[in-house]
Parts: sequence; structure tokens; C-alpha cells
Amino acid sequence: MKKNKTQAAAELSRQEAYVKSHRQYKRRISSVRVIIFILFLMLWQFSSSAKLIDSFFFSSPLKVVLCFWELLTEKALLQHIGITLFETLTSFLLVFLVGMAAATLLWYSSGFSEIAEPYLVVLNSLPKSALAPLFIVWLGTGAKTIIVAGISVAVFGSIISLYTGFMQVDPEKITLIYTLGGKKRDAFRKVVLPGSVPIILSTMKVNIGLALVGVVIGEFLAARRGLGYLIIYGSQVFQMHMVITSIILLCIIAMGLYLLLQQIEHYCAKHF
Amino acid sequence: MPESLLQLKNISYSYHSLQVETPALYQVSFHIDVGEFVAIVGPSGCGKSTLLSIVAGLLSPEEGTIVFHNPDGSLTYPKIGYMLQKDHLFEWRSVYQNAILGLEINKKLTQENIDRVLTLMKDYDLYKFKDKKPSELSGGMKQRAALIRTLALNPQLLLLDEPFSALDYQTRLMVSADICNIIRKSGKTALLITHDLSEAISLADRVIILSQRPATVKCEVPIRLTLPDDSPLATRNAPEFQYYFNLLWEALSDEKK
Repeated sequence: MKKNKTQAAAELSRQEAYVKSHRQYKRRISSVRVIIFILFLMLWQFSSSAKLIDSFFFSSPLKVVLCFWELLTEKALLQHIGITLFETLTSFLLVFLVGMAAATLLWYSSGFSEIAEPYLVVLNSLPKSALAPLFIVWLGTGAKTIIVAGISVAVFGSIISLYTGFMQVDPEKITLIYTLGGKKRDAFRKVVLPGSVPIILSTMKVNIGLALVGVVIGEFLAARRGLGYLIIYGSQVFQMHMVITSIILLCIIAMGLYLLLQQIEHYCAKHF
Repeated sequence: MPESLLQLKNISYSYHSLQVETPALYQVSFHIDVGEFVAIVGPSGCGKSTLLSIVAGLLSPEEGTIVFHNPDGSLTYPKIGYMLQKDHLFEWRSVYQNAILGLEINKKLTQENIDRVLTLMKDYDLYKFKDKKPSELSGGMKQRAALIRTLALNPQLLLLDEPFSALDYQTRLMVSADICNIIRKSGKTALLITHDLSEAISLADRVIILSQRPATVKCEVPIRLTLPDDSPLATRNAPEFQYYFNLLWEALSDEKK
């Protein structure tokens, strides 16, 4: 009995040791990440203070912070961030809805998917920035054009990857539904959709990034507000601080959106 | 004399591709009586699964007719349960949710049906695993869960397409005996496809031997075993077992020459 207890204790501590070493490893990874970032900032600041690089062109961390404060207080930065976020999320949601609807339709009808295939391939490989001038002429310069630009970048790829995902479902699982007396609709609802949750999530992760790309392209060409506009405006008036500040903000937004989707993924993994 | 539940008359079926037509079944005729357990054996790739798909109504025969005599006297198509080779339990559903999948699809989630599923799960030692994921079950338990999913719809005819082939030998012996008991106790009519002669002899009342592709019925062998005891392996210890085995073996190897 006593021996068993000590054995159990030993095992527990071995388990604890494993958990501990795993945590230590994780902690080391995150600290190295932070250190690299800090070193980069220091090197950047140092080279610009020591005049190794021209801070007029390359800016510096301190100037970025000052510029951020100035934009925040004098140029309604929050409004620019807000509009970019709004446009990105709107086009992301529309891409998701359109993508799901179209992929479902293609899955239902093999004839339709065969007809649509060459169109999808061409539209997907077309550089979407080539379409932006058309959107400006058709829709004017405003949020509408930018949201459409965001959609155009992500939607075709998302249809293709969702449809491919739907088609990868084990055909025998679909046969199972038929043997239980189900129809094609049941096969979709009970097998294809729940079985494709991982693919839907990974497609969403790609899409949110692409929507942001499309929105920024749109803002370059046709906006008076938004971070894309700030970048173009900054470069035109040679305010590199403004350009770099906006780029850093875009990085933060991209990271935030990615983390948001990761949370959704965790939630789905738990509940489905 | 019990009326036959199912009668196949001269069923033929071919698979088509642009290059070639592959005949799979040629003039297959047989019948299954109510409450009977029939096994079909044949050389691999002879079209056994095609035959089951036709009986299940998943494929329609190119020639021939299928006649059902519903035991309750009605003219409606009898309910058919089809158990596939693999269990195909969905990982995103719990064991219980998998078992009621058929009821859900057919919108028959009545208290009565749910109670029957729960009773089946209790009878076959799955009740305490009902909220687990399928991956947490052993191979035999998965097969039982798949059988409960099929039985939940209360089918009159059960089609089994090599349902034990994915299991290791030991599990396979236990599970096949288990599932055979379940089917016999519930008085279902069953049609089993297998390539395992001992399995066919030990489970079935009658064995139908198919020829090479295109498959046609070569002969039918009724099985009568005197059972020495009540164990799962009893049928394999029956004195007649070896005789039947040789008989079927001859018939099949004849076919391969």
C-alpha cells in the first residue's frame, strides 16, 4: 500500500516534471519572440539616432510613437482605423456568406459545378487590383467600392476551397445517410457541413487576411478615409512616419483578426 | 410455410464507363423468407456489394424484378436497414447522437423510439458510453453502436455488407456472434455478405454461393448445425461444420478454375 503510494507520488512528479518542462519550453519561445522584437526596435532607434539611416525616410520607433499620438489627437486616427476595420469585417462576412452559398450550390449540382469551374479558375487567378478601376467607375469612391474590392480578392478562392472541402467528405458516409433513408439535403446537413468545419475555419482564416488586403488596395485608390488612405496620403506628402505608423497599425489589426478567428476555432473544437 | 419477404428474379446489372461495359450481376434469382438469416459468399470482386445496393434500393437493376412481401400484409416497401463495412460513426457526434441519426433524418424522434434506442444501448453495454465520442470506443463497441443505429429505425430486413471485415480476428469472432444473437433475438430477417466461409456457416440458416463476375447464383446450401453448447464459438464446434466448410470450399474453388 505504502509502496503504491510512493510509486503514485513518483509518477505524479514525473507527470509534473513533464508539464513543467513543456511550460518552460513555451515560455522560452515567447520570450525569444519578445526579445527579437525589442532588439529590432532598439537597433532601429539606435541606427536612426546615430544617423546610420536617414530618419526622414526610415523613421524611428520614437517618431512613430509621436506620430501615432499626433494622428490620434489631430487627425481622427480612430475614425480611420474604425472605417478600415468595418470595411474588412463587412467584406469578410459577405465573402463567408457568398462563399458558403456558392459552394453549397456547386456541391448540390455536379453539372453546375462543371459549368462553373473554368470561370472560377480564371476569376481566382485574375489579379483583383486590375478590377479596382472598374469598381471606382461603377460604384464611385466610398465604402461600397472598397467593400466590393475586399470581397473580390477573397471570394473566388474561398468558393473553390470550400467546394473542394465539401467534395472531400468520405462518399461512404454519404451512402450511410442514404441507407438510413436520407435525401441529398440530409447528407449535406448531417455529414458534409459538420464534417467540413475544420476546412471552413481554415478558409475563414485565409479570407480575413485577404479581405484586409482587398480593403487596403481599395483604400489606396478610392478613399478619403481609412489606413490605406493614410498610407497613400503619407507617401504623397513625404510623411514616412505616417506611412510606417499606418503599416504597424495594419499589422496589429491583422494579428487581432487572426486571434479572433483562433478563438472561434477553439470554441468550435470544443462544441462540435 | 412462411411467405418469402424478398424475392429477386433475374436481376442483371452492369457498370458503364466510356471505354467498356462491365457486367456485375447476371440473372441473379433467390428469395429470403421471413425470419431467415441468409449469407451470400462469392469470390472477391464478384459483385456482392452491388447486389446489396440493389436490394437496398440504392441502385436500380437494369433487368429483372424485386418483389417484397410485407409481413404485415401492407403493400408498402418494407423498411430495410443497411449496415456498411465500416461503422462510419461521426466523430462530431456522441455515441448516442450517432445511434439516433436515422431517427433524426426520418423525423421519428418520438419518446418511444428514443426509449428503444436507450434500451438497446443498455442491452449491449453501450449505455455508460453514450456521451462519449466514437473514437473512445473499441472496434467491437463501434460495430454494436452502428448496429443500434441501423436497428433504431426498426427495419424488417437487415442487410449486412461484411460488417466485421474491419475488425481483428478475435474481436471479429466475438462481435459476429454478438451481433448474430442480437439479430436472432429481435427476430429480424437478415442478408449477410461475407467472403469468410466459417462466418457464413456459423451465422446463417442458408448460404448462397455466387459465381465469378458477372455473378449469378451457383448453388444454395441450407445449414443445419447441432450445437454442442451455447458459447459464441459453439457453431464452429458443431460436428457438421467441417462438412459444410468443405462443401462450400469445393463450390468456390470450382468457380476459380
